[in-house]
Parts: sequence; structure tokens; C-alpha cells
Amino acid sequence: MKLIISNTSGIPIYEQIKQQIKAAILSGELKEEEALPSLRTLAKELKISVLTVTRAYTELEQEGFVKNVQGRGCFVMGRDSGLVREQLLLKVEAGLTEAITASKIARLSKEELHHLLDILLEANADE
Amino acid sequence: MSNYLEVKDLSKSFGNFHLKNINFTLPKGYIMGLIGPNGSGKTTTIKLILNMLKRDEGEIKIFGLDNIGDEQKIKYDLGVVFDSSYFCGEWRITQVRNTMSDFYPSWDTGRFSEFLRRFRIPQEKKVKELSRGMQMKLMLASAFAHRPKLLILDEPTGGLDPVSRDELLQLLSEYIEDGEHSVLFSTHVTGDLERVADYITYINDGQLFFSGGKDEFMDMFRIVKGGTYELTPLLSEKALGIRKFSTGFEALVKTQDLAGFPSLCAEPASIDEIIVFTNKRGENDE
Repeated sequence: MKLIISNTSGIPIYEQIKQQIKAAILSGELKEEEALPSLRTLAKELKISVLTVTRAYTELEQEGFVKNVQGRGCFVMGRDSGLVREQLLLKVEAGLTEAITASKIARLSKEELHHLLDILLEANADE
Repeated sequence: MSNYLEVKDLSKSFGNFHLKNINFTLPKGYIMGLIGPNGSGKTTTIKLILNMLKRDEGEIKIFGLDNIGDEQKIKYDLGVVFDSSYFCGEWRITQVRNTMSDFYPSWDTGRFSEFLRRFRIPQEKKVKELSRGMQMKLMLASAFAHRPKLLILDEPTGGLDPVSRDELLQLLSEYIEDGEHSVLFSTHVTGDLERVADYITYINDGQLFFSGGKDEFMDMFRIVKGGTYELTPLLSEKALGIRKFSTGFEALVKTQDLAGFPSLCAEPASIDEIIVFTNKRGENDE
């Protein structure tokens, strides 16, 4: 997993860590049950505060992405865990909404849009 | 024992300088930055912790023990680095090693040599022939050689170039990685600290301004910017510091007060900016 901290983005460091770990979980790059880097190792490697990493991990746990096992570390939750699934659904919704908006501009009918989705689904299934 | 350093109601006066009611706690496994402008009381606080100055009032506990009553026991587990060398200038590195090893039962010469190599400190030189940065690294090597649990550094980054500063921060991060070591580190070069410190204790003019988590500290303040006409009396009253110039102003406000000024451009403040603005109260630059 790639984790980079930007000093100029204006986004707090804990938030940057959270976003990147979330993205890695949602994309499947981080698999279920996989361990996140140890808190203190990550802090050392990125040369950031231990408390900053703690905050990122705690919030990820509250949002249901990871599970903290006392003394063993932080593990990725399954993608069917309610909250992760919710996030994925939101992502699908957002993508579809964008497609609908674009199809309105392109004056596609409802049927044409459905048809297009079916073609894409088939093409994707072949891969 | 989870706190390595506890300072309670610490006070000290000399002449017209008063350090008043300083309170902070450094838990095991973390780095704390002690910040503030020159003359604010950082070094005084450190000297009081090390019992190099006699406190007027208050209590200091290191590893849960009284810093005066159990001074010797505590100091075996304490590593100290000052802004200028505390070794005799005429000493060669070997004399530094021999002298320090007599004081510390846990002294590890192998470890000392390892750090000398890592810092590229030439062994045949005298202390006074080393540059300021090298002298700091020599103190650090000597501190690490007896495997202290708590490291106290007073302005360690002062004489260091960016490469050495980065090396130092790397070392400190490694040092606390196992969760069994802590660092107290005073500085007015706050840029480095901004990332690596877990806790901040900010002393201003002898008074404690803040002590707590660094992220919390930085979340407490915002810089707002606007044109001269946007500087309302309410904003002037709420601002902790204002800098005015011909085309507008910049002010430091508490994040909680931000809601009152929705039209202004607000951005996070750096530790430097927080220190600068909180030292400007009542002053107006033209």
C-alpha cells in the first residue's frame, strides 16, 4: 500500500492517512484481515507524531473500516462489514448519478442508458 | 508507571523574571515539544527539571520519583543534550568516553562508538575542534550510550543544518518506536516539530499558554485574512493577534470563534504563526 503525506495540501495529516487507507480498502488493495502497518512503525517511517497515526486508526475503526485487536494491531474489516458496504454503495450511487447527469446532457433516453449499462456489464464480465 | 515526567505548579522567580504555575505531563512513549519565544522560560523549566536550579514552588516527578529526592537514581535513566557542549573543550573523544563511562553503570562503549560512526565524528579530535553541530551529536551519542528512558534536549536543532536536523528527528522517532522511551525537546525552530511531536507545551513570558496534544493545539487556532474594511471591532476583540498592512490584515483567532466571521478566508495556522501572533497582543504593525 502506498501512503504519502503532503505538506502543502492543507488537509490534516491524520485525514490524509485515513483517506489513503480507506481508498486502499475500497479498491481491494488491502484485503480483509490484512494488518495495517504498526502504529509506531508508521509514525517513525513517515516521521510524524504517534498520536496523529493513533487518531487516523481510531477514526478508521469508528467508521468500521478496521478493527483494533489489543496487543496485535489493526486489521482490515471485510468488505461486507455494514459500514464498508455503505461506503461502497455511496460510491456506486455517486458514479451512477454522474452518468445520469451526463446522459441528460447527451439527451440519452432511459432505455438507451439502460442498454449502455448492460453492454458495459457484459464487457466487464468477459474480462 | 505511565508518565515519565510530571510537572505540577512549578514556579521560580529571579529578578523580574517569573516562571509561574507550570503544569504538564509527558507519558511514556511520546515526544513533547517545549516551545516559546526566547526568554519565555523554556531553559529555566528544563534546568528546574534537572535540579540545576532550585525551584521556589511546585513538584517535579520523573519516572514517578521526586526529581530532588531521587536525583541520582533518576539521572541514570536520563539523557541530556544542551544547546552548547557540556564537555571540557580540551578533552579528546576518548576522554569523553572514559569520563562518561565512569558515571553511568549502564554505559555501553560499543553503542557509543556506533553512534560516533553514524554521526561521522572523528575520534582523534578534541571537543573544541568540533563544529557546533558535531558537538551536539557528541552529546547525543554520549546520551544514547547509557540507554536512557527519557531524553531531554534543550534547543538541539539550533546549530544544525537541514540534513542533520532531519537525522535528529529520525533518531528521535526510532528512539520512541518501542513505546518505552520519551523525549522532551525545547526549541524555537518549530518547523521540524510540527510533524514529529505528539505533545506541545507552550510557555509564553513565564506562563503556561497550552499543554496537550499537538493536533489539538493546531486545531484550536485559525488564521483569518481580509481587506481592511472587514476588520470589525468584534474581530479586533476576538483576535489573539493582528497584523495590519495597507491592503488588508491577518489575524489569529480561536477556531471556536470562526463561525462569527463566515465571509473571511480562514486557514490553518502553523506553530510559528501561533507563537508570533500570541506575542503581538495589543500591538499594531503599520
